[in-house]
Amino acid sequence: MTLALKQLTRQFTELAALDDVSLDIEPGEFIALVGPSGSGKTTLLRILAGLDYPDRGTVMLNGRDFLAANARERNVGLVFQHYALFRHLSVRENIAFGLRVRPRKRRPPRADIRTRVDDLLKRVQLDGLGDRYPSQLSGGQRQRVALARALAVEPEILLLDEPFGALDAQVRTALRRWLRELHEDLGLTTVFVTHDQEEALELADRLVVMNRGRIEQVGSPQEVYQAPATPFVCEFIGRTNKVALRRDGDAWRAGAWSIPGPGTAGSAVAYIRPEHLALAAADGGPGWDAQLRHIYLAGSVAHLDVHVAELDLSLEVDMASDQLGGLAPGALLRVAPLHGVAFADDCTRWAWGTGLA
Amino acid sequence: MRRRVLPGFGLSLGYTLTWLCLVVLLPLAALAWKASGIGFEGVARLFTSPRTLSALKLSFGGALLAAMANVVIGLVVTWALVRYRFPGRRLLDALIDLPFALPTAVAGIALTAIYAPNGWLGQWLVPLGIKVAYTPLGVLLAMVFVGFPFVVRTLQPVLQSLERDVEEAAESLGATGAQTFLRVILPTLVPTLLTGFALSLARGVGEYGSVIFIAGNIPNRSEIAPLLIVQRLEEFDYATASALGIVMLAFSLLLLVLVATLQRWTRRWAEPAT
Repeated sequence: MTLALKQLTRQFTELAALDDVSLDIEPGEFIALVGPSGSGKTTLLRILAGLDYPDRGTVMLNGRDFLAANARERNVGLVFQHYALFRHLSVRENIAFGLRVRPRKRRPPRADIRTRVDDLLKRVQLDGLGDRYPSQLSGGQRQRVALARALAVEPEILLLDEPFGALDAQVRTALRRWLRELHEDLGLTTVFVTHDQEEALELADRLVVMNRGRIEQVGSPQEVYQAPATPFVCEFIGRTNKVALRRDGDAWRAGAWSIPGPGTAGSAVAYIRPEHLALAAADGGPGWDAQLRHIYLAGSVAHLDVHVAELDLSLEVDMASDQLGGLAPGALLRVAPLHGVAFADDCTRWAWGTGLA
Repeated sequence: MRRRVLPGFGLSLGYTLTWLCLVVLLPLAALAWKASGIGFEGVARLFTSPRTLSALKLSFGGALLAAMANVVIGLVVTWALVRYRFPGRRLLDALIDLPFALPTAVAGIALTAIYAPNGWLGQWLVPLGIKVAYTPLGVLLAMVFVGFPFVVRTLQPVLQSLERDVEEAAESLGATGAQTFLRVILPTLVPTLLTGFALSLARGVGEYGSVIFIAGNIPNRSEIAPLLIVQRLEEFDYATASALGIVMLAFSLLLLVLVATLQRWTRRWAEPAT
């Protein structure tokens, strides 16, 4: 049941929405397409749904040409950002729609449809609301109706286009967890489009990071977060500090701090996660002297705004808020990057610290 | 009462009622008062006369049929205007309003010139046995002509604001093009189509100028009720004219209330939860 996408290209008038995209989607996998707007992730989803077609490239499902079938015959479940519910139909009728429009031969009997709708209402936790109309539901409820409607036709693949984009933060987090549980129950191959990297990291088995119609990196959330493959992934996934490095003999140097590293290029950029910057009292080991400017307390984590005078650079440092002790703005500190990834001018990539590839 | 962003309930309601009284209710009261002049016997004589009955039947029956035809034609035209891009689309869009702008008498003369037995179309249709001018069919045609823009103009914004992803959702769920249209698009358009129907109906019932030219005004056959009223007025028989007016008014009101009720029912999905 592997869905194999090969060299998909889709050109819109000005912009290459997809540029030579290849990807294998394994059965039962929860895959997130993540990227900024205009990165081609929605175009890719629409191609899988049969609502758009590539200029070049193929999609095969078990060796059969997936693109040859039109949207009606694809047997995919599609969920839209703005729900796209049928507003003149009740919740029940919405969910039953995909079964009712089947040709008579394949249409289940009335009683079967009714049972299936009841089951789905329970599954999406909307039992008792079946006779409401969409306008009488909250955003989170509407999206669950949309999901039930997509599941009713027993699709082979579930496609979700920014399904939580129009919901407020709390509902979004709750629905995210719920969707993940649902996926584990059903084991349905799921492709999820989002511009929210946090959502993608939390939900997916595998992330596909896209930028300008190309795939930047494919990997598990850990791989993508811990070992970003390109500068774009470093900046798009999670937060990061950018530090310019200079060649210094066998090492790369930034101010008082240096690290041995390969390459012959003259300069490089290092990306360091806020939680990989260690704070120590002044004059302890290699690192930069810095001054604490501000503490942004965000619950369990504190974001520290630290200024390094010798690099004229502000760095963001994360630490557990119960480790703050007596730290106050104005304190003098020493900051050392424990882990990081760097990209030299000639595109060579290397990483330092433990646990990084 | 709840505080509102914009105050002025008292002022606006007072203003509304004042104008309604001056412009609508007062003249209607005068009409009723005038009509009472003919007495019960007069009323009985008037509404048992075959000529009156046939004129009323033509006016209301014709307007109903014309409104139905307009709903169908209007839907097709609006669909083409909204969904497709073709050369001359803006011009066509502007032409829709022409029946509004044209003096109705001009429209009547133009239609008559085309459909008269020696007219452009009439000379081909009459030998086929299709007589348009000076028959009830001509009345119907004139009513379609004047009522047509109402359907297009009420439907256009609604059709434009229909979300495409709803149609894509239907397609993805396995619906054919026809199923998507009949089960998804049409039901959401019905309330608006009913508005267009009611407007077109009202216009058709009250239409005078364009109809009388093409109708030929043969008593008991192609004579409309407004013409009867005008004839009574010309004979200075104001009481009978008013009585006819009152009957038309009552019947129109009944029809419009029916349409409004039907419309409310077709929009039940937009009501808040009870």
